[in-house]
Amino acid sequence: MKLRNFTRLVFSNFASSAGAVLTVLMITIALAAPLIAPFDPSVQDTSRRLEGPSREHLLGLDDLGRDVLSRIIYGAQVSLRVGFSVVFLASTIGIALGAIAGYFGGKVDTLVMRVSDILLAFPGILLAIALVAVLGPSLNNVILALSTIGWVGYARLVRGQVLKVREMEFVTAAKALGAKSHRVILRHVLPNVINPVIVMATLGLAGAILAEAALSFLGLGVQPPTPSWGAMLTAGRRYLGLANHLAIYPGIAIMLAVMGLNFLGDGLIDALDPKYRKLMK
Amino acid sequence: MTQYIIRRLIQMIPITLGILTLIFSLIHLIPGDPAVQIAGENARPEDVAQIRKELGLDQPLWKQYVSYLGRLAHGDLGTSFRTGTSVAKEIRERYPATIQLAFGAMLIALVIALPLGIISAIYRNSWIDNVARFFALLGVSMPSFWLGPLLIIAFSIHFTWFPVSGREEGFKSIVLPSLTMGMALAAILTRMIRVSLAEELNQLYVTTAVAKGVSRRKAIFIHALKNALIPVITVLGLQFGSLLTGAIITEQIFSWPGLGRLLIQSITTRDYPQVQASILVIALTYIMINLIADLLYGMVDPRIKYD
Repeated sequence: MKLRNFTRLVFSNFASSAGAVLTVLMITIALAAPLIAPFDPSVQDTSRRLEGPSREHLLGLDDLGRDVLSRIIYGAQVSLRVGFSVVFLASTIGIALGAIAGYFGGKVDTLVMRVSDILLAFPGILLAIALVAVLGPSLNNVILALSTIGWVGYARLVRGQVLKVREMEFVTAAKALGAKSHRVILRHVLPNVINPVIVMATLGLAGAILAEAALSFLGLGVQPPTPSWGAMLTAGRRYLGLANHLAIYPGIAIMLAVMGLNFLGDGLIDALDPKYRKLMK
Repeated sequence: MTQYIIRRLIQMIPITLGILTLIFSLIHLIPGDPAVQIAGENARPEDVAQIRKELGLDQPLWKQYVSYLGRLAHGDLGTSFRTGTSVAKEIRERYPATIQLAFGAMLIALVIALPLGIISAIYRNSWIDNVARFFALLGVSMPSFWLGPLLIIAFSIHFTWFPVSGREEGFKSIVLPSLTMGMALAAILTRMIRVSLAEELNQLYVTTAVAKGVSRRKAIFIHALKNALIPVITVLGLQFGSLLTGAIITEQIFSWPGLGRLLIQSITTRDYPQVQASILVIALTYIMINLIADLLYGMVDPRIKYD
């Protein structure tokens, strides 16, 4: 599909246009954080802690007297870093394993499928909590934990698609012409299964951002003083009634980011191929 | 049907074993020497040795695994580092609170979703339908760890109708945590009921019923709704499992003394036997519930054939 047609399809619907705009906005904010943040996110002014929104500090100050707006802006960096890293790792592992399992079948296939059965039977966030609990809370361990549970979806999706594509005539033709397995997979099979993966990755980005916020909220994610939306809410919970702005604004940021990516993912499904809706379940 | 149940139960065995293996290996994932990590960097060597012995870390790996499975089979989940008592005891005390919360969340979700979904399906594309759809969108996009504090600000601090945390005040205590946990489910169910009922209302049997003189209300509530609720029941069953994991966050927000809070507390205090046991119990409950939901689906809809 041509890029122009594709963009037109995404922007043909209100929800997916809003999703695209929100997502681009979030990425821009994260990249331009040092330019647009009014204050240094880690500079403390303890004499003004918990101060509410004012003209100087639009979203107020937190429990250590840091500017909430600046921390939310920098928090976008953390969220996106986790989101993109998890999606990159999980999709790379998942695509590779799914393609190998689907293309070769046999014992490799059985092994990959059985492992994914176990991981799917285990509630995802619980496994992430368990992994972070033993590895220790940190940004990298959150990425590792979320990728460990995240690859399964991609592997299953790609495997299913590969099973279909590998029986097609152009694949048989490539094989008959003497193409090696890795060439057949990389050049002929994968390009034909990549569209649903893009959709899954967009929705996965939202999932990873939400999961990071949840883990950080539980104190198992990003450690202070790094600004994370989830961790900001933990502090907010402690000062409910005293400084409600701490609990309100980071939540709005999380919701807008997640909603934007979900809308965009939904729009992509329609733009790429509505039949993927079934696959994403 | 019986054959199907037996087959599903047999399928559960490797998955359960896999989960047990996964949970067993958790302690071995601790970077460095787990015993040193648990005891702390400055611990005396004899304390480290004691922990190593208690965890069986001085045994070969296969022996540890076999004895782990053996102890589980006897219902021995281990001894807590923190309290020195059986971890099973603590879990038994906390388990009912989590189940109670999950049922509360489910009840609230149904109370919200049933009327909203039905009205939305009957008056499609009206303003009330739009409100319901907006609510559904909001419900699935709002993370519980944000919704919870917002509810506390509104109903505990501003209006002082419900307590901020804890479980001491009975019914009053459970309202806000259930609402926090149930909101996402309510949103999902509202969407499902709306779509499902709208589809049924278009079926010929509804038109036939009305043509034969059945009142519209009866046609909707007796004929169409019955069929529309079948997929809803499945989703409800499957979602009950996710409510359990959702409880981990909600219990933390409201200091609800359940299994999820116990898990997070034991992680903070590095009480690994308690961590392992809590995860095991939550995971096993989750897969049991999913199995039951799967089987119930066949009972409510005789059209489903098991092969």
